[in-house]
Amino acid sequence: MDIQDINGDQVSCDLLVVGGGIAGITSALEASEVGKKAVLIEKTPMLGGRVLRTNLYFPKMCPPGCGIEINLKRIRQNENITVSTLTEVESVSGSPGNYEVTLKISPRYVNEKCTACGECAKVCEVMRKNELNFGLDETTAIYLPHELAFPYRYVIDPEYVGDERMKKCVDACEYDAIELDMKPRTVKVKTGALIWATGWEPYDATKIDNLGFGQYKNVVTNVIMERLASSDGPTHGEIKRPSDDNAPKSVGFVQCAGSRDENHLPYCSAICCMASMKQAQYIRRQHPDTEIHIFYIDVRSPGRWEDFYMNAQEDEKIHFHRGKVARITEEDGTGNLIMEAENTLTGEMTRTTVEMAVLAAGMVPTTKSTPPPGDVKLDDFGYIDQDDKSGIIGCGNVMRPLEVAATIQDATGAALKGIIAAKGGNE
Amino acid sequence: MDTKIGVFICEGCDIGKSLDIDKLKEHATGECNAAHCASHKAYCSPEGVKEIKDAIAANDLNRVSIAACSGRVFAELFQFGHDVLVDRSNLREHVAWCHEPNDEDTQMLGEDHIAMSCAKLSNSEPPVEKTVEISKDILVVGGGVTGMQAALNVANAGYKAILIEKEDELGGWSRKFHKLFPKKAPYRDLEDTNHEAMAKEVEDNPNITVHKSTTIKRTNGQPGEFDVTLKNGGDPQEIRVGAIIQATGWRKYPTKKLEYLGYGKSPNIVTNIEMEEMAKSGKIELPTGGEPKSVAFIQCAGSRDKDHIPYCSAVCCRTSLKQAKYLREQYPDCRIYIIYKDIRSPQQYELFYMQAQEDDGIFLTKGEIENVAADNGKIKIDVSETLLGEDIQVEADMAVLATGMVSTNKVGNKFIDIGPMEKELLIGGSDEEDDEDEEPKSEEAKELLESGKKAAAGAEAGAEILNLTYRQGTDLPTLKYGFPDSHFICFPYETRRTGIYAAGPVRAPMDIASSMNDAYGASLKAIQAVEAISVGKAVHPRAGDLSEFDFFMQRCTQCKRCTEECPFGTLDEDEKGTPLLNPNRCRRCGICLGACPERIITFKNYNIVMHSKMIGSISMPDEFDEKPRILVFVCENDAMPALDMVGKMRMKYSPFVRFIPVRCIGSTNVIWLNDALSKGFDGVMLLGCKKGDDYQCHFVKGSQLAATRMTNVQDKLKQLALESERVEIHEIQIDDYDKIPKLIDDFVEEIETMGYNPFKGM
Repeated sequence: MDIQDINGDQVSCDLLVVGGGIAGITSALEASEVGKKAVLIEKTPMLGGRVLRTNLYFPKMCPPGCGIEINLKRIRQNENITVSTLTEVESVSGSPGNYEVTLKISPRYVNEKCTACGECAKVCEVMRKNELNFGLDETTAIYLPHELAFPYRYVIDPEYVGDERMKKCVDACEYDAIELDMKPRTVKVKTGALIWATGWEPYDATKIDNLGFGQYKNVVTNVIMERLASSDGPTHGEIKRPSDDNAPKSVGFVQCAGSRDENHLPYCSAICCMASMKQAQYIRRQHPDTEIHIFYIDVRSPGRWEDFYMNAQEDEKIHFHRGKVARITEEDGTGNLIMEAENTLTGEMTRTTVEMAVLAAGMVPTTKSTPPPGDVKLDDFGYIDQDDKSGIIGCGNVMRPLEVAATIQDATGAALKGIIAAKGGNE
Repeated sequence: MDTKIGVFICEGCDIGKSLDIDKLKEHATGECNAAHCASHKAYCSPEGVKEIKDAIAANDLNRVSIAACSGRVFAELFQFGHDVLVDRSNLREHVAWCHEPNDEDTQMLGEDHIAMSCAKLSNSEPPVEKTVEISKDILVVGGGVTGMQAALNVANAGYKAILIEKEDELGGWSRKFHKLFPKKAPYRDLEDTNHEAMAKEVEDNPNITVHKSTTIKRTNGQPGEFDVTLKNGGDPQEIRVGAIIQATGWRKYPTKKLEYLGYGKSPNIVTNIEMEEMAKSGKIELPTGGEPKSVAFIQCAGSRDKDHIPYCSAVCCRTSLKQAKYLREQYPDCRIYIIYKDIRSPQQYELFYMQAQEDDGIFLTKGEIENVAADNGKIKIDVSETLLGEDIQVEADMAVLATGMVSTNKVGNKFIDIGPMEKELLIGGSDEEDDEDEEPKSEEAKELLESGKKAAAGAEAGAEILNLTYRQGTDLPTLKYGFPDSHFICFPYETRRTGIYAAGPVRAPMDIASSMNDAYGASLKAIQAVEAISVGKAVHPRAGDLSEFDFFMQRCTQCKRCTEECPFGTLDEDEKGTPLLNPNRCRRCGICLGACPERIITFKNYNIVMHSKMIGSISMPDEFDEKPRILVFVCENDAMPALDMVGKMRMKYSPFVRFIPVRCIGSTNVIWLNDALSKGFDGVMLLGCKKGDDYQCHFVKGSQLAATRMTNVQDKLKQLALESERVEIHEIQIDDYDKIPKLIDDFVEEIETMGYNPFKGM
């Protein structure tokens, strides 16, 4: 159902799904299509999470919007599913079959009368950094979060809601949709089970100080590269190096930037090899003469993804170097980068100069910085160590690093785990 | 019942500023025969919705056209009960936002929008809600851990499960395993297989019926009504189930194909499966007797090899690390060599790999195997491209070949890396070219294939597991490498056989923990299928759709196009080739409707007449007006949202185009192109999804089939002395919105250069 607002202050459902990325969307939808009532909450103003910040999926090189759109269509026509954005869990009590959850809904400052006509943004003089693009560009302070945003409704950045100039937007709106004095709300939800699908965050690459992210302009992370290549990104999909906006003639990829490293993330983030090969491919499509250098410890492309690796190896401009990058430094004056690595095949130290470097930074579960409430156990890295008797079911990237397909697989199963757990209390 | 149409024209979001609303209203109640027409400054407001509701009641309206914004927004606001059919005519994104305001051409476009919407509503009926008596029991095929977990899930969710296993005991491969590599924190300790306790739980569960030593003789019918004949030595037993979970797992790659790695040269060269069996037996010894002092593991034995299994079997690295641990525990002095291409221990399994790296007795090296020889009781392995930077020879008492996994749905053991999709369309088969095992093995399959062939040339025997009596083959169709999926990124459980879902290594190489987890997803999908079908609803991707096909059989010419082209094997055939309908298998894509040259296939709310009338309703200026008309069939899944974004971006394009949405570009019937060209349209464009092996079509084959049909259409145009360039087909991705205006304008320009359709005005 296209209702984004929980009306009233009490709701009951079979499953409360926390996190509106691809994992949460999938769990909520799959359960609701069995006939269960699901409430899906998301803390940002729209559904879609990290996949809507992704340019293309590997290995098919297809846009995530295609799959998101069909899922949104399923949500729109399903009356068993309620979506609430800008919503977070405050507290959880109870047991399987019988949980009571308190939700906090932050104000959007734009109500359900919004038609997304955009007249407000046309007159808006206040600008904000666009977090969708990691702050690389700006939007107006009242903005539509994405072309595929659900709900398809504008939102005001809370930081600027008190700015006097925002009143111009109110005047421009013909539909009385803007309420600058909107207040946060608290809602109680009775639910049989919770699906915890709050996803992942990129590892903070500034912590890997030998790789120069944050020091040198032309060192970016893999998630930033996705935005640089997206048609709705800061460069409208033109891949340029940040220092001079030129097309990079060579790009180096640092695999395991933070991952498989006891000083950072001891585990393997599982998707970064495929992600870098994907990025190499779309850079090559846009700039056919660009040379790609991928520095790796092991290339991990399990299952049928091996085909993708084989294709990358056949590309004469993609060079694989076995070895971990020890240091990135900037060449004087050119903005070019020198990647120093030990080639573990030959044992020698190599220096490769590239015009741009991409750090394949790993994934950190959001549960590391924000542990779920209740008695949910975590492992040393912040991943949920699932208790089979709990009605709080971990799902997707809070369980282990997963790519999109495995996340959806896990989320479909989590829906059934939730349905079974919710029954527990009733018997 | 007569149709009574109400047209509600919204004036908000620039529509009222761009179009002459009064003229639109006149058009609606005049030429378009609407019983009622009104306008409002914002129909999405509570007052606006109330006005529509009041007007429906006051005028007995049963059809409502909302001429406002895209149907992709405010979907829930404009629903007025099942008796009132609603159509959304997009005057905002497709007219006001992308064309010159108050321009003659924009006004004509707006009027045509209203006309098409009224024609559509006049020629469609609301789908009927119904309840169907079906079985909701779920059949689980395969009693390994995946199947056992699936059966338990089904039972725990409150449904009945029937579990069949071909062996006389449950447990599958896990019966052969000694220990499992760690899936729980701290990810360092080996875990028990626990399959015996699991088997007991399954057998004790009152909602699970277990049939051991049992296989499937045949599976008749359709979801909700699968009649499955079981074979277990005695008299065949027939059961009825609603959905099927195939958890038949994997088989080993044949050892005779591993002779290139020395298999057979010495008893001391074993596979990882044989090593596991030794560990399970309690003691690992050299097959020739005695204690191994050194053991070499050869990774990717058969996998990641173009001449063998091209893909990575995903678990063998961790299996070897585990087996190294067995050996090191049993023989603390035993030296282990692991020769690998890449160590693949993803996620937290990296911790398990780290543990092996910490062990001085385990020597890990990257390398390519040049030769494996048995010499004087020693195994000598020549390795190149090692981490030491030089070629080495590893000498060991024993070698373990880390062999890979083959899906039980794979026919034969030959993996040809060609485009399976294109091949399938070429020959109508369902799997890759195969070698020695191509012929069906069982009598049942031969019989099924024979009866199938009588009815339908091109039907293939599959893996002979489900033995479906489907016209398109006996098993789940596969694309690459024998994996039976259809959308493995976004919808990993979707297969091309409705109500049948695959779980575990039959679907992709995976370890036991992943397989058990996978069983949950497949169980959910199976339960979802029976619940949807019990109320007449479609499953993915048109989940919830209540429309149903209808065939006017008197006019069928038995051409078999529909039975061959349905991506989901919905239709069977009788001996003459007349389609036999299985509505519960249908996904409502309409590809059969697009295929049928006799136009006998109809959905109440999506059919040939409806589209022909929509085309007919568009006004056609004569050639002296110098206003060409281009008809565009638009896939509603991806190209249509992209067109909405064009509007949102306020990008401008030619106002001479008219859009008709289709469920899938493959549901476009050639007659509509004929209709358009004979009416005087100067060009026709089809916007669908990507075809080929990396297809994006939600219905798998729709865009490919449409492309093939268009080639035929272009040939036909030449026969009529029309330029074949008047018909174009394009692949549009949802994020291609920035390319669409140019695509349209270029086509319009090309048509203008070519000149108008000579049939115009005739």
